[in-house]
Amino acid sequence: MIASLLAQASQVPFEAPVIDFHALAPEIVLVAFTAVVLLVDVIKLEEAKRLIPGLTGLAMLASLIPVISLALDGADRSLFGGAFVVDNLSLVLQAMFLLTAYVVTLLSSNYLAEGDFWESEFYLMLLSSVLGMVLMCSARDLVSIFVALELLSIPAYMMATWEKRNLRSNEAGLKYYLMGVFASALMLYGMSLLFGVSGSTLLTEIGAAIEGGSSSTPIVTLGIVLVIVGFAFKVSAVPFHTWAPDTYEGAPTPVTAFLAVASKAAGFVALLQLIFVGFLGRTDVIEPLMWVLAAASMTVGNLIALRQTNVVRLLAYSGIAQAGFMLAPLAVSGSNPDDALTAVVTYLLIYAGMNLGAFAVIIAVSRKTRSGEISSLGGLFGYAPGLTVAMTLCLASLAGIPPLGGWFAKFVVFRALTAADTPAGYALAIVVALNSVIAFYYYGLVLKAMWFSPAPDGDTTPIRVPVSLLSALTITVAATVLFGVFPGLIGHFTGNLAGLLSFAGG
Amino acid sequence: MWLNQFLLLGAVLFCIGVYGVLARRNGVMVLMSIELILNAVNINFIAFGAYHGTPIGQVFALFVIAVAAAEVGVGLAIVLLIYRNRSSIDLESANLLKG
Repeated sequence: MIASLLAQASQVPFEAPVIDFHALAPEIVLVAFTAVVLLVDVIKLEEAKRLIPGLTGLAMLASLIPVISLALDGADRSLFGGAFVVDNLSLVLQAMFLLTAYVVTLLSSNYLAEGDFWESEFYLMLLSSVLGMVLMCSARDLVSIFVALELLSIPAYMMATWEKRNLRSNEAGLKYYLMGVFASALMLYGMSLLFGVSGSTLLTEIGAAIEGGSSSTPIVTLGIVLVIVGFAFKVSAVPFHTWAPDTYEGAPTPVTAFLAVASKAAGFVALLQLIFVGFLGRTDVIEPLMWVLAAASMTVGNLIALRQTNVVRLLAYSGIAQAGFMLAPLAVSGSNPDDALTAVVTYLLIYAGMNLGAFAVIIAVSRKTRSGEISSLGGLFGYAPGLTVAMTLCLASLAGIPPLGGWFAKFVVFRALTAADTPAGYALAIVVALNSVIAFYYYGLVLKAMWFSPAPDGDTTPIRVPVSLLSALTITVAATVLFGVFPGLIGHFTGNLAGLLSFAGG
Repeated sequence: MWLNQFLLLGAVLFCIGVYGVLARRNGVMVLMSIELILNAVNINFIAFGAYHGTPIGQVFALFVIAVAAAEVGVGLAIVLLIYRNRSSIDLESANLLKG
């Protein structure tokens, strides 16, 4: 078959496709910086350790420039026959990933320099992983979604195992790797079935082929379910969440922050594209599946979080519950697509700010306490009032207390569910409301330890917070508060996302 | 058309692979089971590609092969690391983290 294809190809004159380099600029800048970081590491050896964190941060900010210029330009761009699309949705999410990665770089630099770690290579992994995420925002094709997913996952497996001599880090990486690879294998099998039904890997063409009741309904259903299950692992939705708490606890804490925010968001980005570009014609499969995943994630995540004593594990289970909140609007993706899409994106943006903020405080405090237990946070207000206030703001936002960002995020989810005006939507809205109440309890436990308990060993020497950590805290807490006080600000970014749907159809 | 026979082979390989991932406790055997699933995927892609008369199936299969090689490289590195630190690749013994 290949020989015949080659024979055919030699008769057709080759025409180079027109490539819009402006649309590809964020990825090109990232790749260029990745190469520079690699070269600096190879040439400068030990000296490189001082340069590379700065270069990595610069890479994230430099890639933001083309993202902003593309946003100002405003035109939707479609490359490679529709496999790579630049629109409002992809730009907003790319900006989120780049800023998240910038904050993670700030969180990592002191942590890595002070521990027993390989340093320069870590930033290379971080850059590759972010490249995968940025690519995922624009991918509208099964091949590019698959490549982006692996590009962001494979470096993340290594980052989770980064503390080579620590058995807990080893175990965290192994569990993450095995579950991640198994999930992507299931997803690929689903993709092969969808390709078989439609004969194309473009999401728009798959969507056209599977719409309505075709004769191959069971295969389509199996394909969709397997693909969604693959990404449900990535976003740690119940019952595919088992890796998350172990990996979060064992991995180095900056990596945990990266996995909990960026990697999870990348899973959601893929889900959004698959559902809203590809599977919108088959909401009879999507809606019940998402309903069950969302309700199970919220309930199980919250209930297990109630009995955690380690604050990182607690945030892992709270992250599972938050994933449930983010999946909830997808359960009404058929009856209320525009609101559902906006709700998920809004929640993702706010979640990134508040969750990174909480991890930044934990990293700062564990510089002194060397522990992740909730009891080790005791008396924090006495010797680190600034960190206590920052943590309080982030946790209150995660719990959904107004006027912080998390409140607005929950509000848009709630609005999307009720505006759908279906029994399933109302039922899920009740589950969301009940779970928001449960979440108050365990966030409250952490707050109580910080504000009212005495310091566990009476040690109240103040914590020295390095500049990079301080800037990370400032960025995240400012985002958490601003998005809550001025919800219009985020509406400005997410307001015209609905354009995605019309464009994808054309 | 011979499509169903390829699909049947793919489905059987897929099921053996999933069983292996769930039932085996040896790290390397789990990696091999995952390879089985990925090869089931490749067979599916190539069979469907031939059925539809498009080269996309083969292209996707090539991508899967290349990425799977990178993936297994990282996986074996992690298994090797664990073997060095605790002289065992039994997954049951990886139980420091729980709760």
